[in-house]
Amino acid sequence: MSFINYSSREINCKIVYYGPGLCGKTTNLQYIYAKTNPEAKGKMISLETETERTLFFDFLPLSLGEIRGFKTRFHLYTVPGQVFYDASRKLILKGVDGVVFVADSQAERMDANLESLENLRTNLKEQGYELDNLPYVVQYNKRDLPNAVDLDYLKRYLNPTNVPDYEGVATTGVGVFDTLKAVAKQVLIELKRGR
Amino acid sequence: MNSPMVLYEAEFKQITLVCDTLHRDASAKAVFLVDKNGQLLANSGDTADLDTTSLASLTAGNIAATGGLAQLLGEKEFAIQFHEGEKDNIHISLVGQRVILVVIFDERSSLGLVRLRVRKACLDLAGLFEVIHQKASEQGSTVFSEITDDDIDNLFGDG
Repeated sequence: MSFINYSSREINCKIVYYGPGLCGKTTNLQYIYAKTNPEAKGKMISLETETERTLFFDFLPLSLGEIRGFKTRFHLYTVPGQVFYDASRKLILKGVDGVVFVADSQAERMDANLESLENLRTNLKEQGYELDNLPYVVQYNKRDLPNAVDLDYLKRYLNPTNVPDYEGVATTGVGVFDTLKAVAKQVLIELKRGR
Repeated sequence: MNSPMVLYEAEFKQITLVCDTLHRDASAKAVFLVDKNGQLLANSGDTADLDTTSLASLTAGNIAATGGLAQLLGEKEFAIQFHEGEKDNIHISLVGQRVILVVIFDERSSLGLVRLRVRKACLDLAGLFEVIHQKASEQGSTVFSEITDDDIDNLFGDG
């Protein structure tokens, strides 16, 4: 749920990065954090385990500039990807304005991708949302790995509704900002429509 | 279902006034009002050295996790949380199921005083947020209804 503050002339929106464990959700945020001007970003928070796996969420506040005198701020969140953290994932989806599904392109992670995508749909429904009605972008991450499967195959199974999608290598930043811009743009267009 | 929360100047001033009053009456260091999705709505007091955006996000995460725990135990919610530190303490309470009131205080105040003052502030805020939500649903449109596709393109135009 976006928040418009007429007093401070700000608009705040929430974007959630979803996907299976180790697909690169946190790496997306880390790259964005590393490449953004200090004045446009806040502190990045990672609530992680001792082995640097996301335990609850990562959080990164970003300013994207002004529209009609209103500062646009996006709050980026990741969910913990590991299957057993489902209760936490549900909480983080509350009030979401846009979703990025980060898929792992490796052949052996295809089942995990499909399971996570199904889990996303289920958890959104529990919060009263339909994925098909939300601003939504897919990123096929880890395209640089030798065991990455064909793009057509990924598209067929992970993006049947043909939403905007991007190839990514989050470690080097390929596709990271394209993905972010695409989902942020969709969120603003939805706001304009007044939902 | 997912319509934006809109805070206009007049209501913003009113909720800030409630935060200011609570800050003074509870002898608190700082007072924050956060929505359940982690957006900071208002603050009062000594906030210059605090990362208010992170504080808002973590508070909302905390309330969400505690709410999840409550449901597992068959409770509706745990409306109040208190975290005690060596110097500073945090008192967190839910206002009308919608917003979160956070009070940071040190040895100049006490948990009893904070609880007492928070109770009054919660009543005031609950009434104000009734009005805010009603107004938002009645107005229907926001400044964003008037923006153009070009406005949005321009925001992303410079790569």
